Amino acid sequence: MKKIRAVVIGTSAGGLNALSRIIPELDKDFPAPLILVQHMSPDGSNYTVSLLDRQSELTVKEADEKEIPKAGTIYVAPPNYHLLVERDGTLELSVDPRINYSRPSIDVLFETAAEAWGEELLGIVLTGANSDGSKGAEKILAMGGRVLVQAPETADAAAMPEAAIKRCKKAEVIPLEEIALWLNINCKKRNI
Amino acid sequence: MKKEKILDNEYLEMDLLLEGIYRKYGFDFREYSGVHLKRRLSHRLSVSGLKSFTQILHRVIYDEEFFKLVLLDLSINVTEMYRDPAFYLTLREKVVPYLSTYPFIKVWHAGCSAGQEVYSDAILLEEEGLLGRTQIYATDFNERILKEAGEGIYPIENIKAYTENYQKAGGKASFADYYSANYDSAIIKPALREHILFSFHNLVTDGVFGEMNMIFCRNVMIYFNKELQNRVLKLFHESLVPGGFLCLGSKESLKFSEVEDRFEIVSAAQKIYRKKR
Ligand SMILES: C[S@@+](CC[C@H](N)C(=O)[O-])C[C@H]1O[C@@H](n2cnc3c(N)ncnc32)[C@H](O)[C@@H]1O
Repeated sequence: MKKIRAVVIGTSAGGLNALSRIIPELDKDFPAPLILVQHMSPDGSNYTVSLLDRQSELTVKEADEKEIPKAGTIYVAPPNYHLLVERDGTLELSVDPRINYSRPSIDVLFETAAEAWGEELLGIVLTGANSDGSKGAEKILAMGGRVLVQAPETADAAAMPEAAIKRCKKAEVIPLEEIALWLNINCKKRNI
Repeated sequence: MKKEKILDNEYLEMDLLLEGIYRKYGFDFREYSGVHLKRRLSHRLSVSGLKSFTQILHRVIYDEEFFKLVLLDLSINVTEMYRDPAFYLTLREKVVPYLSTYPFIKVWHAGCSAGQEVYSDAILLEEEGLLGRTQIYATDFNERILKEAGEGIYPIENIKAYTENYQKAGGKASFADYYSANYDSAIIKPALREHILFSFHNLVTDGVFGEMNMIFCRNVMIYFNKELQNRVLKLFHESLVPGGFLCLGSKESLKFSEVEDRFEIVSAAQKIYRKKR
């Protein structure tokens, strides 16, 4: 297995709840950046950011345009913008049209991150009531990366994990309560 | 072939395509964000049934109509009236008091798309009693979208959202005062249009637009790389009178740019800046 250089996460309905069980549990010296898309209302303030930041030792912030992601920081897509990853790993924002009614779109983040980080990327699909993210997860696998999916029976909304599992036979499915531990262990590993 | 190599080749083909577009038609996308361009061009690839960026290049060289499609793909025209209502509230509070002291006001909307932002501004100026002495220049590099902007006709189903935005933006009247409904479209009141001049201007290749009191360039430079952003920001700096205002999109800023210290911050949250004297 390759070392995990970056983690991308997608979620919608029930996401805040699931994230609160993962992000605060991550090690202080977590060795990769985490980049997150959560569906929300376009004019909503980014409540996810302030809440998770308060709960966690790691820094949680809204992603800025042209920001270079740092290990141990969580970057959240701002409401009403797509979040993309440039090939050199820089973050980009765009106001391109919604995709399947969503902006930010999980697929857009996953597909572009897959091209930036290839085999060294981990994608995570969490709870959600639509199928965004499954196409992107497929791309991550095609580029040699890994995909984790929250076990649907542990999700507030099972549709999104189920869609990802259906489309990605190689995805690893694990219950919500084990995701943080899995990350702490597996992201520390070196190339094997 | 290794996936990395395939990607390298795709990016090489894309660079050649951009070079071809520039040499043939003068539109310069070489300093736009790569990942953004690649997504847009991949979209054209899948709908046109072509197999590679090199095939697109070939079509683009020999078929101008096809090039126009590609140009549309590359100019994201997504816009709305009173996008970010809080920005317009701040404009009323913090900028209008200064503008009110000028005998004549020149405003430039760069990258105006189909005009929604321009009309939002015109309505605001009208309500503040300033439109009568204002000349607005609205520019874009996409001829087709400019024509739409000049007509000011929008689908009626968007009006509900626009009306809500208008109210949140501190609108002082009823939004319905500013358009007339006609079947499935809403037509912006011609009186507003009298103060606006729509024209072609490419921010990458065209020059200064002089003596502006206020420039809007929102959600355009977000697609540029750092160097191009810097160049265009300098162009705006040169185009403003001392004390003139620069308004950027809500996720854009002057931070880390070369002109950062030549502006003061009027509103950090709403990305409104003022050229130092
Ligand atoms: C996403 S829209 C933003 C519209 C509006 N300012 C707003 O914020 O709602 C971007 C616009 O910039 C225009 N544009 C992109 N590159 C340009 C360039 N080099 N010169 C002039 N206009 C450009 C596009 O055609 C498009 O209409």
